[in-house]
Amino acid sequence: MQRSILDLWVGLFVAAGLAALAMLAFKVGNIGTVNMSDTYSVIAQFDNIGGLKVRAPVKSSGVVVGRVSQISFDDKTYEATVTLGIDKRYTFPKDTIAAILTAGLLGEQYVGLDAGGSDKKLVNGDKIQITQSAIVLESLISQFLFNKAADGSAKSAPPSAPVAP
Amino acid sequence: MMGGLARFFAAIGHPVIDSIERLGFASRFFGLILLRSGTSFLRFGLVIREIFSAGVLSMLIIIVSGLFVGMVLGLQGYRTLQTYGSADSLGVLVALSLVRELGPVVAALLFAGRAGTAMTTEVGLMKATEQLSALSMMAVDPMARIIAPRFWGAVIAMPLLAAIFSAVGVFGGYLVGVVLLGVDDGTFWSQMQAAVDFREDILNGVIKSLVFGCVISAIALFEGYDAPPTAEGVSRATTRTVVTSSLAILALDFVLTAFMFKGV
Repeated sequence: MQRSILDLWVGLFVAAGLAALAMLAFKVGNIGTVNMSDTYSVIAQFDNIGGLKVRAPVKSSGVVVGRVSQISFDDKTYEATVTLGIDKRYTFPKDTIAAILTAGLLGEQYVGLDAGGSDKKLVNGDKIQITQSAIVLESLISQFLFNKAADGSAKSAPPSAPVAP
Repeated sequence: MMGGLARFFAAIGHPVIDSIERLGFASRFFGLILLRSGTSFLRFGLVIREIFSAGVLSMLIIIVSGLFVGMVLGLQGYRTLQTYGSADSLGVLVALSLVRELGPVVAALLFAGRAGTAMTTEVGLMKATEQLSALSMMAVDPMARIIAPRFWGAVIAMPLLAAIFSAVGVFGGYLVGVVLLGVDDGTFWSQMQAAVDFREDILNGVIKSLVFGCVISAIALFEGYDAPPTAEGVSRATTRTVVTSSLAILALDFVLTAFMFKGV
């Protein structure tokens, strides 16, 4: 008699605990959304990868199609070699463009794939030929400031010209 | 003069030797628990009783504290993130801090206070009233019949309690962040799902709570078993359980975190 009530409570407790774990796994974690068991590897070389990290998403048209599986430095070309693990379900043309983009202004960086028009498909071990490096905010700002300064001096030059003679 | 010096060294040496002896006894005790665990799994009803008293009875305090911790995280996180215009990441902040740290650690601290003390007192009083000796007299091994089931009950209950704590905490953060403060519902969950990894974050949290469960129940049972068989002795043992296991949890949490999240 006593035992069955006890069992009921313990059963409820265990069920609640497992439900909490499942909720954490599926609702909080990413186990339900990204399930990539079968991937093929594609290599891309970038001048500058910015803050790209291993396991960063690879997206095409905003859809996650894979993850960055490895990042290394090539001391022959002095470029970063990024290995992308792409889900087997998706194929891309040979002339696909890989770019390192940023989610939002200061968000995490990811690799964006822009499909080209070639008939041949990328296969395991292929190299993406056309790449676009990460935009480094500091260089962008300094470029902007230089342009502004150049504009400023160009504008201030004409009024000073008539005064001279 | 010599006598004074000898007394001085004895006064230093005695506590040191005493504590080393206690440590040795505690290790032997822990090994003995593992060695005599066979009965607990053959008669699983014994463990179920202990899961009830350690887990089910701790559930209310875990749920209520989890809710409030999550709500405070939502409130504080929102205020800080809002300053940088990134209140959208509130879900990430709440979920990661709960799943990685606060869930296992706070649940373990509460568990030490709620269930650990109960175990110490129970075992301490059993010893004081010579129930343990009586069991031995009847050729029933008290380690197998009393101590080991309590140990395994706590070890099983702890990760479940930590998971409940984290889940309820995330819900509390959702309540404050989305329902009260108006963070977007979709962003809250999707940013969280993008940032929280199952193996890296959630599973490591579960491993942490498993370790904490082992540590708490081993300390609590040892203190109870080792307590002087007096009212004062049992009360002191109970205090020591809370102090020692809280310190052990916090120190171990640092070590485990350093191991688990090396690359992050």
